[in-house]
Amino acid sequence: MAGVGMKSALYRQSARRRGLAVAALVALAALPLLLQAIGQDFYVSFAARLLIFALAATGLNFIVGFGGMVAFGHAAFFGAGAYTVAILAQHGVTSAFVAWPAAAGLAALLALGIGAVSLRTRGVYFIMITLAFAQMIYYLFISLKTWGGDDGLSLPARSGFGPLHLGDDAVFYWVVLACLAAVLFLLDRIAHARFGRVLQAIRENESRMEALGYPVAAYQLACFVIGGTLAGLAGALIANHGLLASPNLLHWTQSGTLLVMVIVGGVGALYGGFAGALTLLLLEEALAAVTGHWHVALGLLLLGVVFYAPRGVAAYLHGLVTRRQNDD
Amino acid sequence: MTEGLLEIAGVSRHFGGLRALSEVSLSVPEGEVHALIGPNGAGKTTLIHQLSGAQTPDAGTIRFAGEDVTRLPMHTRVARGIARSWQVTNVFTRLSALDNVALAVQGRQRDWGGSFRFWAAVDKERAIVDEAAMWLAEVGLAGRERSIAGSLAHGEQRQLELALALATRPRLLLLDEPMAGMGPEESERVVELIERLGRKVTLLLVEHDMDAVFRLADRISVLVGGRLICTGLPDDVRVHPEVRKAYLGEDVA
Ligand SMILES: Nc1ncnc2c1ncn2[C@@H]1O[C@H](COP(=O)(O)OP(=O)(O)OP(=O)(O)O)[C@@H](O)[C@H]1O
Ligand SMILES: [Mg+2]
Repeated sequence: MAGVGMKSALYRQSARRRGLAVAALVALAALPLLLQAIGQDFYVSFAARLLIFALAATGLNFIVGFGGMVAFGHAAFFGAGAYTVAILAQHGVTSAFVAWPAAAGLAALLALGIGAVSLRTRGVYFIMITLAFAQMIYYLFISLKTWGGDDGLSLPARSGFGPLHLGDDAVFYWVVLACLAAVLFLLDRIAHARFGRVLQAIRENESRMEALGYPVAAYQLACFVIGGTLAGLAGALIANHGLLASPNLLHWTQSGTLLVMVIVGGVGALYGGFAGALTLLLLEEALAAVTGHWHVALGLLLLGVVFYAPRGVAAYLHGLVTRRQNDD
Repeated sequence: MTEGLLEIAGVSRHFGGLRALSEVSLSVPEGEVHALIGPNGAGKTTLIHQLSGAQTPDAGTIRFAGEDVTRLPMHTRVARGIARSWQVTNVFTRLSALDNVALAVQGRQRDWGGSFRFWAAVDKERAIVDEAAMWLAEVGLAGRERSIAGSLAHGEQRQLELALALATRPRLLLLDEPMAGMGPEESERVVELIERLGRKVTLLLVEHDMDAVFRLADRISVLVGGRLICTGLPDDVRVHPEVRKAYLGEDVA
């Protein structure tokens, strides 16, 4: 009896979760129409940028929060994706169906190489070596004049996407949203599949997993590659967004920003990357409008997040929702 | 002479200046229940570490089923059929008892992709879940499937530890003080379990409880200060003068 009750409670919970996710997706899809209706078209482009960072941060969160590996070189994959699209465009390849998978694929290869070497180390050394690799790539790109050097490489136009015209900000936003939604859905499946179960257990007790016969490093590497691939896709999108592959995307501060998004949003929470990108970019936008010292204000606000929502914004909101449920 | 399932030859291991193991040699034939006894700090756990692959010896070789496994990583040795339990309970404290064992069962799956499967929900895989429940029942944890491992009583966690090792379906099982910290009732249950296991797999059992050792072991080895001072049948070891002196702290005068 107890078992049956538990099962249906679980079912209700996951049905409610699915309902919330669909509602959020519908609301996000309607956002451009709403913004156009109130004459704030400019924010459609801002919203797309936000979702792209959410995607990159989600990839990093998969590595940090789910795989338990604190990596500080995510910018390498983000930037690599952006440059792939720009370089392909330079050579006349403008179809998104070629350029975006190529960007994700190259980021995956890069993650495979960097991960294979970095995963021989742990902890602080892992942080340092991923940072070092990313900085190497940054210096490589600013020194290559054919690819724009310090100025970066600009795109003549957004990628071609079949009959859809990505030059339209709303259409571009919807495509970005579709990418993010698909990725979140996929990661949710992975979390409950054999692979996700193994990663969670490795995060809890690495040596015990070895003793159950799991080649731990291989699973961690696969996780690292998946996270890097997502950043590559996000990079392809960000290059399309600003029509530029900038070396700033490769800089270590970019890795830092993404890491802060993950920490603020919620390490290991499915929506942590999304919540973090939302919080950080909205705060930045709002504060920059009212004060020139917005960096300081942002820092103070982040301290507030750490004190009041130490497990991240996503977990905090989740807590609010479940408390509401228990009340009624 | 035929080669035993486990052949340890001249294995040494030191930590800084401390020689934890000095040229240990031992042959354990398939099917034997072999007890390893010795005072605290004798090097018993250290030997288990070398055999399981948690550490590699400074010198000597370890052969398992005719293969040199001295330098193989732990996960490969598990795949070959060597499993271990820990002296200090080592389970996934935040997962349910069932999920703990399900991980061990899943680790053995060699069907397409093994654990590199990214889509199907694992808790709907009946074969894995059912087998995990079976192992829990085997160690006496039926009814505790949903309990979070960290919330189980100490003795129950020890039983779960055993279930994890068993679920890898080893040919050689290394048990490091499986009864440590258990009450008499739980101990009795584990002794009975080991008795049953001993008919199916080869066992290397480290244990301080002498009653259990003499009841379970086919042969006994005694480790003192990193040296194997004798190996033999229980009745011979019991009366071995050096053992009585070194281990039982008796003066044989
Ligand atoms: N990682 C290590 N670093 C340094 N010294 C160690 C290490 N592991 C074990 N030792 C030392 O090696 C010796 C053997 O330890 P070991 O744990 O193997 O003994 P044991 O026979 O299992 O003892 P017990 O019956 O108390 O479990 C001890 O002196 C211990 O302090
Ligand atoms: Mg010990």
